Amino acid sequence: MTKLFIPLDSFAVACGADAIAEEFAQLNTDRGLSLEIVRNGSRGMAWLEPMIEVETPDGRIAYGPIEPGEADALVDAGILSGAGHPKRIGKVEDHPFFARQTRHTFKRCGVTDPLSLDDYRAHGGLKGLERAIGIGPQAIVAEVTQSGLRGRGGAGFPTGIKWKTVAEAKGARKYIVANADEGDSGTFADRMIMEGDPFCLIEGMAIAGVATGATKGYIYLRSEYPVAIDVMREAISRAHQASVLGTSVMGSSRVFDIEVRVGAGAYVCGEETSLLDSLEGKRGQVRFKPPLPAIQGLFGMPTVINNVISLASTPEILAAGAEGYKELGMGRSRGTIPIQLGGNVKHGGLFEVPFGMTLGEIVNEVAGGTASGRPVRAVQVGGPLGAYFPVSLFDTPFDYEAFAARDGLIGHAGIVIFDDTVDMLGQARFAFEFCAIESCGKCTPCRVGAVRGYETVKKIIDGEKPAENLALVEDLCNTMKFGSLCALGGFTPYPVMSAIRHFPEDFHGTPMGVAAE
Amino acid sequence: MVSQARYDEGEVAEIIADHAGLEGPMLPILHGIQERFGHVPEAAVRQIAAALNLTRAEVHGVVTFYHDFHKEPRGRHVLKVCRAEACQAAGSDAIADAIERALGVKFGETTDDGQITLEAVYCLGLCATAPSAMLDRRIVGRMNEAKIGALVEEARL
Repeated sequence: MTKLFIPLDSFAVACGADAIAEEFAQLNTDRGLSLEIVRNGSRGMAWLEPMIEVETPDGRIAYGPIEPGEADALVDAGILSGAGHPKRIGKVEDHPFFARQTRHTFKRCGVTDPLSLDDYRAHGGLKGLERAIGIGPQAIVAEVTQSGLRGRGGAGFPTGIKWKTVAEAKGARKYIVANADEGDSGTFADRMIMEGDPFCLIEGMAIAGVATGATKGYIYLRSEYPVAIDVMREAISRAHQASVLGTSVMGSSRVFDIEVRVGAGAYVCGEETSLLDSLEGKRGQVRFKPPLPAIQGLFGMPTVINNVISLASTPEILAAGAEGYKELGMGRSRGTIPIQLGGNVKHGGLFEVPFGMTLGEIVNEVAGGTASGRPVRAVQVGGPLGAYFPVSLFDTPFDYEAFAARDGLIGHAGIVIFDDTVDMLGQARFAFEFCAIESCGKCTPCRVGAVRGYETVKKIIDGEKPAENLALVEDLCNTMKFGSLCALGGFTPYPVMSAIRHFPEDFHGTPMGVAAE
Repeated sequence: MVSQARYDEGEVAEIIADHAGLEGPMLPILHGIQERFGHVPEAAVRQIAAALNLTRAEVHGVVTFYHDFHKEPRGRHVLKVCRAEACQAAGSDAIADAIERALGVKFGETTDDGQITLEAVYCLGLCATAPSAMLDRRIVGRMNEAKIGALVEEARL
């Protein structure tokens, strides 16, 4: 029996992996190859997807990018015994892109069969939850707090403190909500973990449940992720059958259930309070805070609402202890961060490392620059609400505070690379346009500001009083930044103002400071 | 293929009943109706309001808030093309223009034969295999001119 790994990850599926898997299955029957085809997650080297791996006595040998229609020739070439081939990559662990990483949260992603609980256990799964049940709520919260884990959704709030608040809050019932509404362009880490290692998220949520006394978990998963929805639902069902979830979690007296709820295409529902309203069946409008969701969240009950990666990071923290995690990183950014490289990128994909690498190292060395081969001109870090960074700021280390100090944000750690053909004035207009499309409409700075911003940038593009209108945009950004209820309106100024400040030549050649005078 | 059907009171009642036991059943119900009928008919809005003890205005407000729900029927296929930043960086604007030309409709419109609705989507999470698109529930990465032709042809079937 030869094991052949063909990813079910969306990167691979979007480039023909399902057809490739069918071809190999057909060959398996026709030629009696005695293949065992495993649909694994992605190893994160997206430019090589669909990347298949063959288990040989010398280890798992990868080939990619494979296209539909190639299976016959690949088998003839002897790839099932790891033979040489122009598309042979060799062992993934030896690949420079992979070897440089510290796989913590993503250690199983792409390695295991995502839907096999046995595989999950064999690779260290459920140890965190077992230990959590053993040590109890207070010790779990202490461990997570000590690890220094901060919310990976973008806000960077300490996860342990959030859990502590919910653990101490009183309520008839409590909830764990996984924010899987990963709408930021340039990000796909949540999707990859849900498709490639769904039990890891399930385990993380169950740990949060034990820590806080919550008995019900929801995964609010965006409708744009059809593969993740299917994999996650199947994994939950299998976790139930194996009593990892249910009325006796892992044989303990703990109760915990998880349900996937599919979003409906509203970007703003990635904001935690509008997500909660959406889960309740309402328009996804942002709530005023306080009360914090930790005190009055879903249906008015104490609720942990965490990003998928925050939750998925906790099983390993519990299993291996907080110290190992805390030792990684820099400053107040502890542990690892799954950086996502996208856009016009040569080596795009997911790259998990401790905090602290510089933006330049990541973009030039790891990502290898642009796919077009043209010079990098700008990178947007942190999604549609993140700042555009010029090459001159490539010495910025990947760290929450270092990015904030340069008027940017890490967000969910997505980096979108643009080459020198990008028109930054156009990107500034798009930032307003996107905000206008996705605004929930509750607060005026966002609802009206985005539309006015879009119109005003259009005037600049049309050459209508550019200096005056640029000053107006800056003023508007100021209002939005400080007057908006949530990050949608509040952070839209980041891409706009960074484009204006760092790329003044695109704004009719007049730097912002001069224009304002 | 998007399921399209005429409003049927019994079927809507069944979809509502299937989800009635859930906490916050509104979105699952609306997804169920949208999936079955290809849109959320006004009569279904009344039924949901009655079943969940809400006003029609409240249900209408929810239906119209979300991009996924539509009050009017659309094409038999829905082609979504990502227009977000990562795809822009990889040349999606040209892809989007070419698709508009190939279909003869603008974003948000449906072809005259009712076959295909063209929509913008903001991120499919395929940012490292950009530009991306989604035909009904099938995702497509590394979009190029050749793939546009194949996709449009498939959607016309």
